[in-house]
Amino acid sequence: MRTITYSDAINEALREEMDRDPNVFIIGEDVGTMGGVFGVTSGLLSRFGAARVIDTPISEAGIIGAALGAAMMGMRPVAEIMFGDFLGCAGDQLINQVAKARYMSGGKARVPLTIRVATGAPGASAAQHSQSPESWFMNIPGLKVVCPSTPADAKGLLKTAIRGEDPVLYFEHKMLYAEKGAVPDEDLLTPFGCAGILRKGSDVTIIAIGSMVKHALSAAEKLSSGPAPISCEVIDPRTLVPLDVPTLVESAKKTGRVVIVHEAHKRSGPGAEIAAIIAEEALDYLDSPIARVAARNVPLPYSPALEQYVLPNENDIVRAVKALYR
Amino acid sequence: MANSGLETSGNVTSLGNDRLLELYKQLVLIRQFELRAIDERRQGLIPGFIHPYIGEEACAVGACAALNKDDFITSTHRGHGHLIAKGGDVRYMMAELAAREVGYCAGKGGSLHMTDFDLGIMGANGIVAGGIPMAVGAALAFKMQTPPLSPPLVEGTEGRMRVALSFFGDGATNEGAFHEALNMAGLWKLPVIFFCENNLYGEGTPQNKQAPVAQLSNRAASYAMPGVTVDGNDVFAVYEATHAAVERARNGAGPTLIEGLTYRYRGHYEGDPQVYRSRQEVEEWQGRDPLPRFRRALIEHGISDGEIEEKEGEVFALVDEAVIFARQAAPAKVEDALVGVYGDTHNGLVF
Repeated sequence: MRTITYSDAINEALREEMDRDPNVFIIGEDVGTMGGVFGVTSGLLSRFGAARVIDTPISEAGIIGAALGAAMMGMRPVAEIMFGDFLGCAGDQLINQVAKARYMSGGKARVPLTIRVATGAPGASAAQHSQSPESWFMNIPGLKVVCPSTPADAKGLLKTAIRGEDPVLYFEHKMLYAEKGAVPDEDLLTPFGCAGILRKGSDVTIIAIGSMVKHALSAAEKLSSGPAPISCEVIDPRTLVPLDVPTLVESAKKTGRVVIVHEAHKRSGPGAEIAAIIAEEALDYLDSPIARVAARNVPLPYSPALEQYVLPNENDIVRAVKALYR
Repeated sequence: MANSGLETSGNVTSLGNDRLLELYKQLVLIRQFELRAIDERRQGLIPGFIHPYIGEEACAVGACAALNKDDFITSTHRGHGHLIAKGGDVRYMMAELAAREVGYCAGKGGSLHMTDFDLGIMGANGIVAGGIPMAVGAALAFKMQTPPLSPPLVEGTEGRMRVALSFFGDGATNEGAFHEALNMAGLWKLPVIFFCENNLYGEGTPQNKQAPVAQLSNRAASYAMPGVTVDGNDVFAVYEATHAAVERARNGAGPTLIEGLTYRYRGHYEGDPQVYRSRQEVEEWQGRDPLPRFRRALIEHGISDGEIEEKEGEVFALVDEAVIFARQAAPAKVEDALVGVYGDTHNGLVF
């Protein structure tokens, strides 16, 4: 077990998978010479060469389309989209081609394609460099949606994505790149569809996604002390598609109270789907309405003061949990 | 109808009479397959849309004749001709149109998505320009896999670069995907051929109201690749241009944009009222029909009427057989709708 950053964990996963399988290659904007705009792919060009770490033009549709075609021909591309906001530029390739190729070909097309996407608000970056677009793609059968919140999950989920058979949108949060955590030394393959119960509790279930997981954990810690302590169970779904419904529903039935936390906008965010599933499968067990803590429904503003007002934080989680008891 | 084992040569006449007869059979099969599909759709066998290729057959046949079995194509919404020319089996095509379980896509794709990787067909496509970036990706893989990482599909081709060929229409050259794809392919000198079938109309709007350039092969200049315009109703011209582009691609010299000037006799889709063009214009183009032209060329090459009629008879038998096959095949099973979205299903959490 070592303590490394989330960014280094991603880099290790890429390096190990490229060492292991010559069909794995990286393609994206500034992934080679620059090592990625956030430095995540640094050192890979010198290790694997320009044929396997491919700097591209600024052409998101071209990148995703090229990765798709290569995947269909037996390669295992790892494409990088520099900011999640740019996924729109690759819209048709992602939505109509990548996602549907296997199904509409009657299973003839194989698309083992991982798309790494930098997600979330890095601070004062305004509305086109700050979005959390995970839930846009939950509505498209054929894509998998992965949201690691720790260095260990970042490594293990990425390796699972690369070795898998399907297109995966792997959302890495910009504000987690420098976070440190323990990562096992052995080959780490974290399964999809297996939520992590990060803190056991009995009163409230907090389901938190991506960057919000650490805030949920500190909120749970705060709530556990004081004159009226509340015991919170904190669950990280890790993957939104596939979603570990049994674990989420079981916890909701046990605690009877649910708060869902994510950085994406509240309206039709991942929490909307999770809340609906819990309502469908555990409504009779609930002692209060399901609460959501999420970004307010406006484009993310540039001003740090305005941005902080729009984005959810630890105090919002504490307030939302306490409000369940009003 | 597979073209495996075809020894490509710069001059189509050097292919020999047997090969020329096979190409003629493909032309006729494409036309008769579609005429029959249109008829069967009217009679209820086929539930979905058809975008007929009739009139454009020389593009598919001439271009695919320059490819090997393990080269790949991407196709379009008007894709039946490309599939047949690349070796597609009309029984499975008709079964797919009829939404049968044994169809090319198990009844999940229909006309717009027929795929056969064993024949080098990455798929027809419902999105204009949707397949072009994919062909660039295949070419990227071919370049990375030369010499191949795994045994080649065709024996004796070790170390030879495979190529990808993308078919698309004139309308697709106004899409961003076309330009991104050509830019990448030109930049990286990938083994890919971009084949534009310019049938003068993007759906219901004439080409000259969709682009500020008349000769679409000029668009190659921006991407540092050759651009050539050929008579798309002439199998010989299409073959020779494609053959040159394929040789260039295999030798690592990069991509080529070929524009084949052609025309569709029927509407954009079957049932299109065609208010955007005149009957006279359609009739003028029918005077340049690729089928009788190629038939005359066969006679000039010393092939007899009898040999030609024998091939035509084989086509009618194949089309009849395809319809019977499709009629008798079991419909796609409803429960299979919830299967096959993903390769890994994670204990049933996704299908």
